[in-house]
Amino acid sequence: MKLKGAQILIRSLLDEGVDTIFGYPGGAVLDVYDEIFKEKLKHILVRHEQGAAHAADGYARASGKVGVCLVTSGPGATNTVTGIATAYMDSIPMVVFTGQVPTAFIGSDAFQEADITGITRPCTKHNFIVRNVNDLARTIKDAFYIAGSGRPGPVLVDLPKDVMQAEAEYTESAPLKPGSPDTMYVPDVEALNHVLDMIKEARKPVIMVGGGIILGKASDELRDFVNKVRIPVTHTLMGIGAFPGTDPLSLGMLGMHGTYYANMAVTDCDLLITIGARFDDRVTGKIDAFASNAKIIHIDIDAASINKNVLVDLPIVSNCRSALRQLNKMLEQNHFTTPEKERKAWLDQIDEWKEYAPLGYSPGENIKPQYVIETLYKLTKGDAIITTEVGQNQMWAAQFYKFNHPNTFLTSGGLGTMGYGFPAAIGAQVALPDKVVVDIAGDGSIQMNIQELATVVNYNIPVKVVVLNNGFLGMVRQWQELFYGKRYSHTGISQIPDFVKLAEAYGAVGLRAMKPDEVEPVLKKGLDTPGPVFMDFAVDPEEGVYPMVNPGAPISDMDLGR
Amino acid sequence: MIKLIVDNKPDVLARVAGIFSGRGFNIESITASITMDPGITKINIGTTGNSATVTKIQNQLKKLVDVRQVSRVRETKFGQREMALIRLNLTEKNKNKVEKAIEDLNCRVITRKSDYCVIEATGTEDEIEQVLKHLKPLGMEDMSRSGIVAL
Repeated sequence: MKLKGAQILIRSLLDEGVDTIFGYPGGAVLDVYDEIFKEKLKHILVRHEQGAAHAADGYARASGKVGVCLVTSGPGATNTVTGIATAYMDSIPMVVFTGQVPTAFIGSDAFQEADITGITRPCTKHNFIVRNVNDLARTIKDAFYIAGSGRPGPVLVDLPKDVMQAEAEYTESAPLKPGSPDTMYVPDVEALNHVLDMIKEARKPVIMVGGGIILGKASDELRDFVNKVRIPVTHTLMGIGAFPGTDPLSLGMLGMHGTYYANMAVTDCDLLITIGARFDDRVTGKIDAFASNAKIIHIDIDAASINKNVLVDLPIVSNCRSALRQLNKMLEQNHFTTPEKERKAWLDQIDEWKEYAPLGYSPGENIKPQYVIETLYKLTKGDAIITTEVGQNQMWAAQFYKFNHPNTFLTSGGLGTMGYGFPAAIGAQVALPDKVVVDIAGDGSIQMNIQELATVVNYNIPVKVVVLNNGFLGMVRQWQELFYGKRYSHTGISQIPDFVKLAEAYGAVGLRAMKPDEVEPVLKKGLDTPGPVFMDFAVDPEEGVYPMVNPGAPISDMDLGR
Repeated sequence: MIKLIVDNKPDVLARVAGIFSGRGFNIESITASITMDPGITKINIGTTGNSATVTKIQNQLKKLVDVRQVSRVRETKFGQREMALIRLNLTEKNKNKVEKAIEDLNCRVITRKSDYCVIEATGTEDEIEQVLKHLKPLGMEDMSRSGIVAL
């Protein structure tokens, strides 16, 4: 049977198992929206295309599936670019469909025309423009495969209007290549044997994990591995939840705002086993001083990430899960036992560091933002899905909420996109309706996508927003305080809306806490209130994020803020 | 030099070039042409940088979906060639020297007018460098290089 391009698109999405898409209509995608009207595909109408892209990203991170968004041509497409770049930097599987002017008009500067494949070439894993309706089904299949396989990433498919109107035969096409991402990128057994030898020789080993564990669905295997080798684990920002944060072997996050003990352990270790992380500059600090006494093993699915920033002693290109499974098998076969005595000395040293400088803050008259997050952790029993904006709110969330499960901490790590958290929370909540989803935000970043209040009210999406309101663009202010002589150039944003009234104006519930003893009751009430809730916390205006490693300094060189 | 085997698609050259520009690598020369299989294009790129840098470029290029094969070519067993077209001014004074140089350097004359000539030089990159070095003081007015092609 012949179908119109728009029908083929919807049928292809349903055949891919897509249950929800996030989007915003426009002239170039009228035919597609007409089919959505007829078909049973759930579509969440956002209020800005950037919101659609972040929501699809949040959906993907929370569910582990490919997120999908649909927008029109020109400005609709360009509005998704920040969302696409965000997903690209964090390797999030996502397919973005953009409308395009009819093929005959392409290149003529037509109304609402933008060369979106050209614009997004550097921030997509791959992109397509479909010029012939006969290529449509195949291209969509390829797009989903590329987005989800190997090192995942966003894929954009540009759809000219006439292609959506033209007809072609539709049959579900076969997958792009035989073999799933799991069976590709298998590790080299010889190299893994070498890993075991290096573990046996090490006296002060550390495991460092990143987002690759979460994307590769390897958390169980990691836990198993750590239990066998008894090596302390630190994680990057993207690796939060990869290993239980409450486990005694967890060192928490490392890097610029990492824990004292994680940074000391990595600096002092003699073996660093890095799995699914890419040595971002915020993690390594001064490269020459990073784990400079250690042999470094790097297991990663992306060969291009190996020896890019840090030179390693043993590179292993592999899917994290396959590598860890194989290592666990080998450990069992070899009857591996931990060198208890030596390991104890190392763990004692780490305990000393933990005692010397635990994560903390000094309570005061004002509400401390860290206290808000600690209380949120207590009230949600650590079981919520947390999204963040970017800046201080993000770092405090990473430090003071303990995550025990993967896919529960959603943050823009690589690109650092303010305005990410709220729409991402929408995506996560739509993917997992029974979960408590909380966006930890600042008063600056929440305003970057605040229009999505209309979306959460529209669909009664019960996202809770915690605004740590300090009247500043806090992280930039902190840098101005430390490195620019307290000249707070354009970081004071005391001219902000009354968030309670604003939430109410949109039809959501708004709550406010002004004093420390109001924090718990407000959080409790907010979490217990059905539907979307905005909670505004007037926090200490000049509280800083500590520990802090000055940019370019070794990570052992920390300002503990005391 | 880096040799790429890629799908013959309209935007593949932009993708390849984007890896270089986006990551701060330099393209010294580039040739792209269709192969015996019309679906496949071969791209030869001359670049500079130490071995580690070139490996980084190769790894990034390998990630492109349309790129099938990336290899580093130092010297291929089938050889590599570059062509240069060179325009020389002819005067009574330099005429004989130019004639001799063309013969010594194994170049071919394509156009000859009373006051100028255009010659073609083909050889390895180094040989082309040598030819240019010799001809420059003899009244070289303009030249154009093809970039390297390799099998």
